[in-house]
Amino acid sequence: MSQPVAAVRHILIEGNKSYHNITEDLCSPTEKTPSREWIIAFSLASVLLGLYIFAIVWTVWKGIGEWGANRSINWAWDITNFVWWIGIGHAGTLISAILLLFRQRWRTGVNRAAEAMTIFAVICAGQFPIFHMGRVWLAFFIMPFPNTRGPIWTNFNSPLLWDVFAISTYFSVSLLFWYTGLVPDLATVRDRAKGFRRKMYETFSFGWTGSAKHWQRWEALSLVLAGISTPLVLSVHTIVSFDFATSVIPGWHTTIFPPYFVAGAVFSGFAMVQTLMVITRKVLKLEQYITINHVESMNKVIVLTGTIVGVAYLTELFIAWYSGYIYEQFAFYNRVFGIYWWAYFGMMFCNVISPQVFWSRKIRRSIWWTFFISIVINVGMWFERFVIIATTLARDFLPSSWSYYRPTWVEISIFIGTIGLFFFCYLIFCRVAPVVAIAEVKAILKVAGDQYIGPNAKYGQGNKVNQEH
Amino acid sequence: MAAENTIVLYGIYNDEEDLKGAVKAANAAHLDIMDVFTPFPVHGLDPLLGLKESRLHYLGFIYGAIGASFGFLAMTWIFVSDWPTMYGGKPYWSVPAFIPITFEMTVLFAAWGMTITFYTICGMWPGVKAKMLDHRTTDDKFCLAFDVTSASDSAVENLKGFFLNTQAEEVNVKMM
Repeated sequence: MSQPVAAVRHILIEGNKSYHNITEDLCSPTEKTPSREWIIAFSLASVLLGLYIFAIVWTVWKGIGEWGANRSINWAWDITNFVWWIGIGHAGTLISAILLLFRQRWRTGVNRAAEAMTIFAVICAGQFPIFHMGRVWLAFFIMPFPNTRGPIWTNFNSPLLWDVFAISTYFSVSLLFWYTGLVPDLATVRDRAKGFRRKMYETFSFGWTGSAKHWQRWEALSLVLAGISTPLVLSVHTIVSFDFATSVIPGWHTTIFPPYFVAGAVFSGFAMVQTLMVITRKVLKLEQYITINHVESMNKVIVLTGTIVGVAYLTELFIAWYSGYIYEQFAFYNRVFGIYWWAYFGMMFCNVISPQVFWSRKIRRSIWWTFFISIVINVGMWFERFVIIATTLARDFLPSSWSYYRPTWVEISIFIGTIGLFFFCYLIFCRVAPVVAIAEVKAILKVAGDQYIGPNAKYGQGNKVNQEH
Repeated sequence: MAAENTIVLYGIYNDEEDLKGAVKAANAAHLDIMDVFTPFPVHGLDPLLGLKESRLHYLGFIYGAIGASFGFLAMTWIFVSDWPTMYGGKPYWSVPAFIPITFEMTVLFAAWGMTITFYTICGMWPGVKAKMLDHRTTDDKFCLAFDVTSASDSAVENLKGFFLNTQAEEVNVKMM
């Protein structure tokens, strides 16, 4: 083998699958009538989506005054949610792009669903800054275009505008990457379908045939898209952190933010991938494709990034003390022991302490532990953003304007509603497209299938490959 | 791409190794392969088929360069000449602040340009009907096809013999 590959090989496809079995297993969720679990989940997601629409209409109708954000704490629940969702999106790109560049084969089991998660998470994230604008019908002002208002252009020096460019680029490039990967699999579904479904998949698969030259170009395209998505995903959260880091607020104005935000984003994103995958593999019966080895690999990423985030928290505190600058010291004293102390300790416990259980192999390979810790991390990463945003603004320069922030029912509804929006999209995706990349799984069958490698291997080829290392 | 009313003789193989063996045998016998259809990218097939490396990434670089220049020059024109505005006492032409957007435009143009080029040169678009020889080639079968529109009967017999010798599971003829 000429390509660089990991020396340790895990079984990534269990159950002695043939190529045809893979097609059957991965296409069947799109072909069967929905299961009872799916219908219940979809109904629940639809109700939450309804709540979202109601709360948004309420906000637009009555104005931003319906939110708890106030004169000094002008970024609060909304931007917390924005950063939380954007961070979640990052794992999808990390899995699909960075792991492709590193030739990690376990990505093939989870990349499709993780990329879909990215797209839906970015959609959810976008809701918050857009509706925070207040007069949302003027949202197109954020786009620079020749106009009759001067022309008044956007401020290209502002990190908020960089964010507009970063997130819209991120969304559209992720969509291209995901969809181009999906086209061959949609063709597989097409060639099994009949009647109206066939017509539908004929349209969506763009006339894919699987010709050798097309595969070659498809692989070339995937590789370059992976190559440019990697710095893109790092730039997106770096720029999100610039929203804070380029301001002059003590507690925000720190150079550690870009790497700290990116690590936190990957951390929270992997937690969300675990939450989704644990449910998806069970409900869609994909345990032989999203194996316990996949789960373990992702838990390793979680313990690594969680520890990086922990180091960043402690570095912040140390540097604040070491600076000898009382205003900086106060900002961090306030962050830990101030009015929102419970959020800080919640964050520390959920993000730094709880993932350390994954040092144990037994816990890394336990589905229940994985699911539980992934939820804890999702909560913890929400606290992190809340701590950074609300705690800092609640104690700003003038003690006379110190205040306390409480979310109103409208903000809470919008947040819970975006969870509904997310699952609404994800559940539809599970029904119309294969959640595991069919062609990519077939391509690794002979190096990662349990009939080729591992203790029960039946065929020689895998063994031969093993001996090379 | 094959022209209208092409007659195609194709064999179906069960495994990519059989297909690779057949392609090698076809090369040895100087047979002119029309195309190969597989359910997933089979590595090692491209050199056997004599396919040159895709030049898509060169185009990607060019699109990226266009995006970078467009982003940077547009911001320069807007802030220096069209409507100069002072922000925070910084110079009009504040280059470091332009870097993030220039980068995003590079990625945006490269990604969209390459993807659109990919679909265009592959002749793929919504509404295009796939010219499939056999519907199982998106599932678990591997197909090797020869164009026999203008081939003599003896040449067709020769090809059928070739498929027999290379353990093809089925041999079929189809009008495209």
